[in-house]
Amino acid sequence: MLYLPVPQTEWALILPILMVVLSGIFGLVVEMVHPKRDNNLIVTASIIGLLMSAFLLAVQFGAPPIRSFGDMVLRDPLALSMQFIIVIGTALVILFSEAYLREKKIPFGEFYPLILWSATGAMLMVSTTNLLLIFVGLEILSISLYVLAGLCRTEERSEESAMKYFLLGAFASGFLLYGIAFIYGATGSLQLESIATALQIGNPTGRTLLMFGLAMLLIGLGFKASFVPFHQWTPDVYEGAPTNVTAYMATVAKVAAFTALFRLLGASTGLKEFWVPVLGIIAVLTMLGGNLMALRQTDIKRILAYSSISHAGYVLVAIMAHGIAPDKVGPNAIIYYMASYTLMTIGSFAIVSLGARNGKESTSLHDLHGMWQRSPAVAFCLIVFVASLIGLPPTSGFWGKTLIFSDALTAGLTPLAVVLAVASIISVYYYVNIAYHAFVPDGTDADTARMRPGSLALRSACILCAAGVIGTVIFFTPFINAFGAK
Amino acid sequence: MNGVPLAAYLALGLFMFTAGVVGVVIRRSPIVIFMCIELMLNAVNLTFLAFARYQFSTAPALAQNPELATSNSIMGGQMMVIFVMAVAAAEVAVGLGIIMAIFRLRQNIDVDELNLLKG
Repeated sequence: MLYLPVPQTEWALILPILMVVLSGIFGLVVEMVHPKRDNNLIVTASIIGLLMSAFLLAVQFGAPPIRSFGDMVLRDPLALSMQFIIVIGTALVILFSEAYLREKKIPFGEFYPLILWSATGAMLMVSTTNLLLIFVGLEILSISLYVLAGLCRTEERSEESAMKYFLLGAFASGFLLYGIAFIYGATGSLQLESIATALQIGNPTGRTLLMFGLAMLLIGLGFKASFVPFHQWTPDVYEGAPTNVTAYMATVAKVAAFTALFRLLGASTGLKEFWVPVLGIIAVLTMLGGNLMALRQTDIKRILAYSSISHAGYVLVAIMAHGIAPDKVGPNAIIYYMASYTLMTIGSFAIVSLGARNGKESTSLHDLHGMWQRSPAVAFCLIVFVASLIGLPPTSGFWGKTLIFSDALTAGLTPLAVVLAVASIISVYYYVNIAYHAFVPDGTDADTARMRPGSLALRSACILCAAGVIGTVIFFTPFINAFGAK
Repeated sequence: MNGVPLAAYLALGLFMFTAGVVGVVIRRSPIVIFMCIELMLNAVNLTFLAFARYQFSTAPALAQNPELATSNSIMGGQMMVIFVMAVAAAEVAVGLGIIMAIFRLRQNIDVDELNLLKG
């Protein structure tokens, strides 16, 4: 008898992902067996599954980079730390979700499996350089998110945001796939590394195909990461979707898109004279545009949506610096920035989710009034997040921006570094405005729907996020040693 | 090969893709927009298959790109098409579900009427 040789596989590489999938399946089975009960068991199981997955990732830190499963999955510092950020971010979102979903009168148990599977897609996307798997991961991430955005079935705004997100997401996937098709046509492979090989061979037709493919891929990923001018959907979708889903979209989905972009540009250094000017203009537009448009918003969710657009611009600078000089600029800046961005954004959205009461939700700036009196701990956390979003010194936002700044200078992107600094100064106005409204005394009758203290889980999520924002500064060196590339 | 060159397939693919993009931008019914997105995906599939057939499986192509073309190359493009079709089917399921949910709420699915959320 002749047997085909079984390829050696490193199960440890996908074990964290499997863990998340399985806890999602468990949650769905629980919901099926006991429909419409309270979701405490599902929440507990999801958080335990995510923590186990985080543990399985943590034990792999420092292990040598390898590939397995026919070069489909890889383990390197970037993949491990981004997966870790995704898992922790998802756990924090789940932690404050239950109270919010109950207040909003949408206590569906299916929420938790969907968000876990969405996280699976993101984890797949960050741990591969294969374009097929990047596409599949992106779709697993997005299709779950389309459903989650429309979770509030009786609210027109939620359905409208789901529809917009769905149509634009599918549209962007079309561009992404068309780009992959041309990169495949030029290189004969779906691996990102083959772009460099094909460029070395230097076939002029191949170069044209690659440039076209890269442009299409950048449009597709630009939609997902919401760079200006592909950003129009972001504020609408973020405003309409349930707040906990928005927190997830603004962080985990972006982490995945940025990591894919990071690997793509790192592999296409040979085409940099083509993409550096284009992406440079996009980065400037994104940083300035996001901040300027945030100035005239009065809804906190929309302010945070525009703020996430401007943060996407800052990260794009770090990604470009890596693409220009992959040997000199490592992934440390983007890892640190994404960790800090995830914590402060989830924390801010957790506070915004306090506006939900009895199936209604009010998220204007005035709803923050009097928060300092009602809940000093939450108000203090809000100050920490705002300081970090601005980039003030004792917080991780400051160190993240410093790392990006120095990377940009190393790669010779001085003009972009200057724009980054200017954009951060513009952002001070609207961020401080958020904090200011938390300290305005609550003048009118106390019974109006104002943001109130909130559940224990929510407060602990806020405090964990704030502790993370400060902790990544205090333990800066151990953090970089554990997460970053040597 | 019957004399149809690779460029013809790529041109047809580009035409279909452009038609899809234009349709998404100008049409107002989500169902039609959705059909146009499917058209874009089919253009992608055609492009993948044309590349797999011509660029990496014929003798002249192998002679031209010896470093690139392997048996995996052909397989890669063809497998990608299967995945695109599967994902498109999943998207249809979710997309039609969302359209149904909107229809139940307001008996109208025109995208111009979706204007509660404005920047």
